[in-house]
Amino acid sequence: MSDVKISIRDRENKTHEILAPTDMSMNLMEVIRSYGLAPEGTLGVCGGMAMCASCQCYITSNHKINEMGDEEEAMLSEAFNTKPNSRLSCQIFITKELDGLVCEIAPEEL
Amino acid sequence: MHQKKKMIKTDILIIGAGPTGLFTVFEAGLLKLKCHLIDALPQAGGQCSEIYPKKPIYDIPGFPEILAGDLTNNLLEQCKQFEPGFTFGERAEKITKDENNIFTVTTNKGTKHQAPVVAIAGGLGSFEPRKPSIENLSFYEEKGVEYIIKNPEIYKNKSVLIAGGGDSALDWTIFLVNMGTKVTLVHRRNEFRGALDSVEKVRELKKQNKVEIITPAQVIELKGENKVESAIISKENNQILEMKIDHFIPLFGLSPRLGPIGEWGLEIEKNSIKVDTFDYQTNIPGIFAIGDINTYPGKLKLILCGFHEATLMCQSAYKIINPNKKHIFRYTTVSGVDGFDGTRKEAEKSVVQSLND
Repeated sequence: MSDVKISIRDRENKTHEILAPTDMSMNLMEVIRSYGLAPEGTLGVCGGMAMCASCQCYITSNHKINEMGDEEEAMLSEAFNTKPNSRLSCQIFITKELDGLVCEIAPEEL
Repeated sequence: MHQKKKMIKTDILIIGAGPTGLFTVFEAGLLKLKCHLIDALPQAGGQCSEIYPKKPIYDIPGFPEILAGDLTNNLLEQCKQFEPGFTFGERAEKITKDENNIFTVTTNKGTKHQAPVVAIAGGLGSFEPRKPSIENLSFYEEKGVEYIIKNPEIYKNKSVLIAGGGDSALDWTIFLVNMGTKVTLVHRRNEFRGALDSVEKVRELKKQNKVEIITPAQVIELKGENKVESAIISKENNQILEMKIDHFIPLFGLSPRLGPIGEWGLEIEKNSIKVDTFDYQTNIPGIFAIGDINTYPGKLKLILCGFHEATLMCQSAYKIINPNKKHIFRYTTVSGVDGFDGTRKEAEKSVVQSLND
């Protein structure tokens, strides 16, 4: 099996246990969108270029995730509602190490 | 003195000067229809020039790789003989339809545009300043809170608080300090992200005590009876600081919003405008939506799909504008391209000559 289990809390505080494929070179933002866990147009607006913060997530489990790149860090430094565990989900690549990941979608910027 | 703005009249009024809007000018031009474009940004290209001009795109047919900025320039070049008009830096705000089915679109600055066909090619929507979540922030808008610096003169000899860590925060800090403004710059991190030159300049100003920089910190509250009088700044280790200011300028970049178009009575689904895939017309006859801003079963938000949608849309626009006129579809290779500026592009004529002398 090449799927990993991920737990995602949406913006309405509902938790979803979902399966994400590790062999489709998907990122977490795309997984969230593919399951429709946030209304279309409110998450992943820039398409995954780390150029908006609409896909911000809080990572609440202790997984070792690929490190932040410069673009992600810069974007998060200007984003709102950030926490020390904030990440742009479009920059998190689904690998088998992420099995059991727990995260929360940050509130939408209004 | 009251000055009446003149009415801009055209055949197809395009809202959004991104790739889809620009290609519409070309397709409409082939049908002898004139276009005018409105865009909230100060230049053409939409996201391609505002968000990622230096990024490559790999799925434009015929271009194995092209930078978004170059694509914009190519599209402008391709449509220039059809002499499009532009209203830049203004946002389409209101729309009305008269008894002859002519639309009038008014921008936030009061510029009026008239056309029988409106094509919304708005992409992600119009780019609006990102606002920090501070209670009462909207109360102080125009009362000391500005998101865009329009007239720097008003800050002369004033105390200004700028928030942000990017290029615009740095550049305006430099500009205002040099003008003699008392500037305080607040940023949530210690690191600033900007052109090396700007970062260096601000560092130099700090050394000379010409600017106060507070990091990591953020503005959490504004105070004042009728206008901004002071700001509450939260620093590291929960330290709180109150500072007397005349203006607060948060510079957190731009983010796209559907904006006033959402109130035009169009059918909206998932933040996009629903269209009929026959010709990408909306629920209001005469208003079309093309490119990233529309939605229909199977929709893909790709530039190449926007081009296709623009092309089909122009066929229906032609029929609306010329209800009884016959029209036949032709290839540009066969017919050439006759510009409104008098230019003509055409295939080189082949020579008919015998080779036996």
